[in-house]
Amino acid sequence: MLKLKKYEEQFFRVLMFLSTSIIVLALLLIVFSILYKGLPSLSWQMISQTPKGGFYFGKEGGILNAIIGSLYLSLGATGLAFIIGLPVALYMNIHLVKRKKLVNTIRFFLDVLWGVPSIVYGAFGFGGMIFFGIKTSLLAGIITVTLFVIPIMVRGMDEVLKTVPRGLMESTFSLGSTKSETAYRVFFRQCITGITTAALLSFGRAIGDAASVLFTTGYTDHIPTSLSQPTATLPLAIFFQLSSPIQEVKQRAFASAVVLTIIILVISILARIFSHKYQKNKIK
Amino acid sequence: MPFILGIGLYFKSAPILEEHSIFNLLFSKDWRPLSGKFGFYPFIVSSLWVTILALLISGPICLLTAIHLTQYAKRWVLKMMHPVIDILAGIPSVIFGVWGILVIVPFISNYVGPFFGKQTSGYSILTGSIVLAVMIIPFILNILIEVFRTIPEELTEASLSLGATRWQTIKLVLLKKAFPGIISALGLGLSRAFGETIAVLMVVGNVTRIPKGAFQPGYPLPALIANNYGEMLSIPMYDSALMLAALVLFIIVLLFNLGSRIAIARIESQG
Repeated sequence: MLKLKKYEEQFFRVLMFLSTSIIVLALLLIVFSILYKGLPSLSWQMISQTPKGGFYFGKEGGILNAIIGSLYLSLGATGLAFIIGLPVALYMNIHLVKRKKLVNTIRFFLDVLWGVPSIVYGAFGFGGMIFFGIKTSLLAGIITVTLFVIPIMVRGMDEVLKTVPRGLMESTFSLGSTKSETAYRVFFRQCITGITTAALLSFGRAIGDAASVLFTTGYTDHIPTSLSQPTATLPLAIFFQLSSPIQEVKQRAFASAVVLTIIILVISILARIFSHKYQKNKIK
Repeated sequence: MPFILGIGLYFKSAPILEEHSIFNLLFSKDWRPLSGKFGFYPFIVSSLWVTILALLISGPICLLTAIHLTQYAKRWVLKMMHPVIDILAGIPSVIFGVWGILVIVPFISNYVGPFFGKQTSGYSILTGSIVLAVMIIPFILNILIEVFRTIPEELTEASLSLGATRWQTIKLVLLKKAFPGIISALGLGLSRAFGETIAVLMVVGNVTRIPKGAFQPGYPLPALIANNYGEMLSIPMYDSALMLAALVLFIIVLLFNLGSRIAIARIESQG
């Protein structure tokens, strides 16, 4: 009996260790297979030029249009979502702290929204565009992606703000500060790590999402100069190039995938460095 | 907001609902937009296949990893895993799709398919669900780790002091206590998997037929919408049909979410 217990534990420990390694291995496999396949065809020309004539038949040019387009789009959307999301998250955790039921309802709806697939946002955005008579444009893309990342942003911040001890809030109140002061001076600083993480997670989602921009942002070979122009995005550039039968174009898709992966990796490393810097100010 | 989304999609899909009954649309196998036949059944079945398989793959892995990281592993392992999870969560779905084409598709068609004695091109339900499984791991795992961490340590310590082994404690105390959290994590993973578009679209094969096995190609709902957006304004009723597909997707995800949430609420009120 005792032996069985031990074996059972041993067995599950091995399983646990295996599954942990699987996850790490999967990540390494993804990154390395992309780099392995894409790095050889990555060149300076790829990332510094817009597509030239015959680009989609394997001729000269690069994907600068998509890189810049993606950055515009996701910066705009993340910024907008941050401006809307931060007050909402703080409001939920400070002003509404006594109204548990209401907060839980809001959380519930945000979770539901988070679960809504990006393609539904895309279709919805497209419907809205027809309704308002807007053509595919950077602005339409930004609005759609903003809608799409707001729940991620708010819930991400909310999860961290939730962990702030109640006593901290009560002590700031007892020192005579207002609710907004508590929110922006204390809670915001206290949770800056988590808030950055939430913002970066949203940014990653925004820059990597293809389904919601498929309908709304369109695609173009030029770098957009105003909000009303259609904009190329990296995920779509990869997607379109990969579906081409021409080998050189496919190779470029892999190279574009490397660019996107590197952007994502840089973002998450930056986030780590940033968050470690501010970690020490946290009151536990 | 959810209501606006729902209502907006409903208005867009209303024209097709006037011509066909919803039951007909959802369970008809006939998908021929040119002759005005819109049966969503093959797409819904494909979606269910891919999602459920993905959850079956990633659910146990996540659960075991979460227990390992919170109960057994040393601190540095957990510290190391955090960036891993974050990066995995941050990788865009297109990249997962590219990875699927590069690695999983050949793997399935060269090794796994022949192993089971099946002919497959590699673009199949199974491929889609493996890619999806990896994609939803960070979402499920993150929540699970949080869940296990919020369980008071006194509880496990009490159990350990009564002579239970670590594993018995986990099995009998921790898992029971964490159950609502596990359900909610899986529910969130499920709804994410259900709506995932581009990655699945790239590896799942996109053949309009009811899949009969994991090695056959499928054509999930999100892929249907994404693949046909270009033509949807040129064929009558097509746009409305695709909007209906989006609406169906929305409602299914909504139901999953509601279901898991309600389950949690009920378990919590009991405990």
